[in-house]
Amino acid sequence: MSVRSERMSEVMQVGSIKEKAEKSRTVFSGAELVIKTLEDLGVEVIFGFPGGAVLPLYDALYHSKKIRHILTRHEQGAAHAADGYARSSGKVGVCIATSGPGATNLVTGIANAYMDSVPMVAITGQVAVNAIGRDSFQEADITGITMPITKHNFLIKDVKEIVPTLKKAFYIASTGRPGPVLIDLPKDITVKEAEYNPWVDVEIPGYRLPVMSGNGTISSVAEAVMQSEKPVIYAGGGVLKSKAEKELLAFAEKLNIPVTTTLMGKSCFPENHPLSLGMLGMHGTVYANYAVSQCDLLIGIGVRFADRVTGDVSTFAENARIVHIDIDPAEIGKNVAVDFPVIGDAKEVLVRLLELTQEKKNTQWLKTIEEWKKQYPLTYKDNGKLKPQYVIEQISELTGGKAFVATEVGQHQMWAAQLYKTAVPRTFISSGGLGTMGFGLPAAIGVQVANPDAVVFDIAGDGSLQMNIQELATVVQYELPINIALINNRYLGMVRQWQEIFHGGRYSQTDLSCQPDFVKLAEAYGMEALRVEKKEEVRPALKKAIESKKPVLIDFWVEREENVFPMVPPGGSIKKMLRG
Amino acid sequence: MENKHTLSVLVENRPGVLTRVAGLFARRGYNIDSLAVGRTENPAVSRMTIVVEGDEYVIEQVTKQLEKLVEVIEVSDITKKEHVERELILIKVKAEPSVRGEIMQIVDIFRARVVDIGKDTLIIEATGDIGKINAIESSMKPFGILEVVRTGKVAMLRGPKYEIE
Ligand SMILES: Cc1ncc(C[n+]2csc(CCOP(=O)(O)OP(=O)(O)O)c2C)c(N)n1
Ligand SMILES: [Mg+2]
Repeated sequence: MSVRSERMSEVMQVGSIKEKAEKSRTVFSGAELVIKTLEDLGVEVIFGFPGGAVLPLYDALYHSKKIRHILTRHEQGAAHAADGYARSSGKVGVCIATSGPGATNLVTGIANAYMDSVPMVAITGQVAVNAIGRDSFQEADITGITMPITKHNFLIKDVKEIVPTLKKAFYIASTGRPGPVLIDLPKDITVKEAEYNPWVDVEIPGYRLPVMSGNGTISSVAEAVMQSEKPVIYAGGGVLKSKAEKELLAFAEKLNIPVTTTLMGKSCFPENHPLSLGMLGMHGTVYANYAVSQCDLLIGIGVRFADRVTGDVSTFAENARIVHIDIDPAEIGKNVAVDFPVIGDAKEVLVRLLELTQEKKNTQWLKTIEEWKKQYPLTYKDNGKLKPQYVIEQISELTGGKAFVATEVGQHQMWAAQLYKTAVPRTFISSGGLGTMGFGLPAAIGVQVANPDAVVFDIAGDGSLQMNIQELATVVQYELPINIALINNRYLGMVRQWQEIFHGGRYSQTDLSCQPDFVKLAEAYGMEALRVEKKEEVRPALKKAIESKKPVLIDFWVEREENVFPMVPPGGSIKKMLRG
Repeated sequence: MENKHTLSVLVENRPGVLTRVAGLFARRGYNIDSLAVGRTENPAVSRMTIVVEGDEYVIEQVTKQLEKLVEVIEVSDITKKEHVERELILIKVKAEPSVRGEIMQIVDIFRARVVDIGKDTLIIEATGDIGKINAIESSMKPFGILEVVRTGKVAMLRGPKYEIE
C-alpha cells in the first residue's frame, strides 16, 4: 500500500505570503510536524484535553489557524465526541489526551469506536523515550492496553516517523472496515526537530484492502434473489459506512424486498417507507423478527450477526438460505454459517446486484408482512400519564425524523431505536457493540460540531447522563444548541427491567431516586432547562427547545416502571418474543 | 493429530508483533500448540511457524483474524502442502555410568548427539520431525528425564522459493 499526497500538494499550493515565509523554514519540531500533517490531511477539528506530556503539542496547536480544538471536560468525552463527529460526517474523528491517566481515560471511547467500526485517530502523549518502562510519572503502556481495541496502534520513537505514521494511521482508520487507530507520542519526540516532507510515500506491507468477490459469486446471489419468494434484507452499519443507502433503496424497491435494520444500521433505510420493518433482534419489531424467521432468503449487508440480533443462532432464519455481504472477510461465517459469502463494499456489491436482477413483486410475501404489521404494531399502554415512548414519538414527529439523534444506553435508547423514525442517513448515533452509558452527550457534541446548523438531540437516561455530565460545560462553552431529552425514570431502567422479568423483581442497586435536580444542575452549567411531568406539556416544551437554537435540557419525569417490549429473552429464539 | 494445523505466517519484524499475535490467540480462545519465530532472508520480515489445534472453522477464523493484523503480511496453512518440518529438542537425562552405553546407543539410532556430559547426567540434542522428537523423548523416559526444552516446529515448503499468494 502506498499513499500518495494529492491532497497535500493541493494544500501546499494555496498559501498566503506569510505561509510562504513559513515554508522557507524547512525544519520543524515534532509537535509542529504533527499539527502540519493533521492540517494537510484535512483535519478541521480535534477533541482533546491537555496535560504534561502533550504540552508541546498544545503549543503547536495554539498557532494553528486551520484546526479548531474542542476542550471536553474528560478524555472519555473527547473520544466519544470524536466518534460522534466521525459517525455523523463520515470523516475521521481525532482526539488527543496526555500520557497515563489521560490516555487510560480514552480507553472506553476507543473500545466503543472499535466495536462499532468508527474511523478515529487517537493521539496520546507518552513519557520520554528513555523514561519508558521505568514506571515514570504518568506512564501507562497505552499501546499495550489498547492492542485489543484498536484496528492498529503505533508508538513513535523517532521524530522522522511522525509524518509517515500519521498518514498510515489515517489511511488505516478510514479504509476497509474502519476503526480506531492510536498513536502514542513520547514527549521528547515532540520537541526534537526534523525536516518536513509532506510527499513522503508510506508502505504498509501487511495492509491490503479486501478484494471484492468475483462475478460468479455475485451472479449466484442475484439468481437466489430472483428465485426467492420470501426475501428479507438485513442491513447494518456497513451500509452507512459505505454510503450505500441510495443503492439499498433502489435494490429494495426494484425487487420489493422488505428491509430490517440493526441498531447500527438504523437510518440507512427510510423508516416511513412501506418496505421498512424497523429494527430486528432483542427489542426489534415483531414483524421484523417474524419476517426473518420465515423468510426463504436472508440478505445480510454490512452486518455481523451479533448476538443481540440473532438470539439463539440455531433457530435464527432457520428456513432461509443466507447471503452475507461484508467488507471484512473475518465476519463472514463467524457467527452463522452462510450459503452465499460475498466479500466487498456494500455499495459496489449492490450496484452489481442491481445490474444483475430484474424487477419483482413478491406480492404474497409483502401481504403476509402487512398483516403482521397490522396485528403486532409497536405499541404501549396509553393511560394518560407521561410515557417515555410518547416523548420519543413526539420528537420523531416534530423533527420529521430529520434531526440527528444521539442516545445513551438503556431503555430510552431502545425506545428511541423503535419509535424515532429516521428519514436521513447517518443521523442515528448510538453505542451498539459496547453499549456504553455516557456515550450520548459527548457524541452529540461531536455531531453538532460536525453539523453546526442541524437540530441535534441527545435522548438520555438519568443514569447514563450522569456518567459524562461534565460535558454540559463543553456544550455551553461552545454554544452548541443540543437538545437533551432526559427520559428520567429515576432508575437504571433497563437493568431494573431485567430484574423485574428475570430476577423476581428484586431491584438490586438500580433505584436512582437519589439524584440531582437536573434542571438546577443544567442551569448551574449555564444552560436553559425545564421539567415536564404531564403529557400535554411535551410538545410545547420540545418545540420551545428546538426553536430556541440554544442548548436546552428537558427533564421528562416519565412513568418509572415502564418496560421495553417486544423483547426476546437473552439466548432465546427471536421467534418467541415477550410482548408485555 | 488430525486437528493440528501448521500455519506459516510472515510478519513485519517489529517490536510488539509477537504480542499482537499471541494476544489475538488468547483473546479469541484459540489454542497454540507451538510457536516459533525468527527473521527471514529479509531482515525486515520474520516468519512465525504456528501449530494450532482446531477444526476447519477455527482454522479459518484464526487465518482471517491473523490477516487482519496490520503487521501480518501473509498467512498460509501449509498442513496439506509438501513441506519439511523440523523441531529441535534438548533433553537432560539421568545417566549414571552404568547406563550411559545404553543411552548412547539410542542416541545413535536417532542420529542425535550428546552435547554435554555432567557427573550423572547427559544433555542430548536431536532434530527431526515431530514424530521423531516425540519418539526420542519417550525412549529417554525410562532413564529419568530431568529437563526438556523444545523449540516448537519450524517448517518450509518444498520446491522453489515460497511464493506469496
Ligand atoms: C458504562 C456502563 N455501565 C453499566 C452498563 C449496564 N447498563 C445497561 S443499561 C443500564 C441502565 C441505564 O440507566 P439509564 O441511563 O437511566 O437508562 P434507562 O434504562 O433508565 O432508560 C445499565 C446500568 C452499561 N451499559 N454501561
Ligand atoms: Mg433511567
